[in-house]
Amino acid sequence: MDFEALKQVIVDTLNCDPEKVTLEATLTEDLEADSLDAVELNMAIEEACGVSIPDEKLAELKTVKDIFDYITENANA
Amino acid sequence: MKGLHIISTGGALPARAVTNDELSRRVDTSDEWISTRTGIRQRYFCGPDESATTLAAAAARQALERSGLTPADIGCCVCATLSADYASPSMACLVQAELGLPENIPVLDVNAACSGFLYGISVARGLLAASEGRYALVVGCEQLSRLLDMDDRSTCVLFGDGAGAAVLEMADSAPFAALLGARGDKAIQVEGPGPLPAHIRMDGRAVFRFAVDAIPKCVDGILNQTGRTLDSIDWVVCHQANERIIDHCVKKLNAPAEKFFKNLSRTGNTSAASIPLALNELYENGQLRPGQTLLCVGFGGGLTWAGTLLTYQGKGTAE
Repeated sequence: MDFEALKQVIVDTLNCDPEKVTLEATLTEDLEADSLDAVELNMAIEEACGVSIPDEKLAELKTVKDIFDYITENANA
Repeated sequence: MKGLHIISTGGALPARAVTNDELSRRVDTSDEWISTRTGIRQRYFCGPDESATTLAAAAARQALERSGLTPADIGCCVCATLSADYASPSMACLVQAELGLPENIPVLDVNAACSGFLYGISVARGLLAASEGRYALVVGCEQLSRLLDMDDRSTCVLFGDGAGAAVLEMADSAPFAALLGARGDKAIQVEGPGPLPAHIRMDGRAVFRFAVDAIPKCVDGILNQTGRTLDSIDWVVCHQANERIIDHCVKKLNAPAEKFFKNLSRTGNTSAASIPLALNELYENGQLRPGQTLLCVGFGGGLTWAGTLLTYQGKGTAE
């Protein structure tokens, strides 16, 4: 999954402004996602690219880049 | 086996509404935080003269009055609850005594948490079939305010008290389908009589995942079982736990949002009472019309889930 695809999933799931979805953006502050948003995002990512992020792991991923890197690493694993 | 249809509804809420602002004076939270994350704006808590019993009896009495039947017509009485006033007598027996229901009928409680009212309808159907009874009184009642940890802001803002009831009639022609299931898991837990303080505890993320899987499973399961599509359903009445669960499922099912009734902004999550309270609100708003088909979906502690398709065959609008 490339960054543009991930960005689209994030915009669709969190209903946020696409301009806010940068690699540096933090989920909880910049994108104002709470724990249920994170679960919804996790499910949407799983549907889009087959990578499932354990909820405990997701809590450690602070930025869009953290998620992007996790997906990239685990998609190739 | 014959199906059931609803011929009347009833509901009861405590007199005191507790707003988000009131809760935010007790725990570190805010109206904005609660309403954007859950859709809940207020809930009702019992006062000193109110209890699960008074609410259940009031809802049941209203449903019975609106049915035009007498207590002697009732062939079984089932109460769904996880917050009964006593371990024994059951809530159903207390309702029986309050309403003067007959003695020669089965009267019992069902505990399937938030799916309880729909489990109760299926239990009532089996009991009527076994006894040749014709009418069932099914009640969902909760006094969850006494099970709240008021220091836990992640749970204490979600729940409220209330009771809803329906009188159902067994009939050859009644379209009816039920899908019940469970998966033993403590993701939602309420301690009972014992050494621990009885508080509702919940793994919110796990429950969200469970719920957004359970609703489409029940909706699709019932539609497949009956060979129907959502076009032939007038109202989908889901357990009212969190607006975001319902919204997520509407999106996932690509379903018309206006068919999914929501009232949790006013009541919070009332567990077993939420579906009958929602049905009663539809009736009192004049939105529930004779002949309409309802698809009700419950999900919650147990974990349990239930889908039920049935029709409303009562009077048109509120008196």
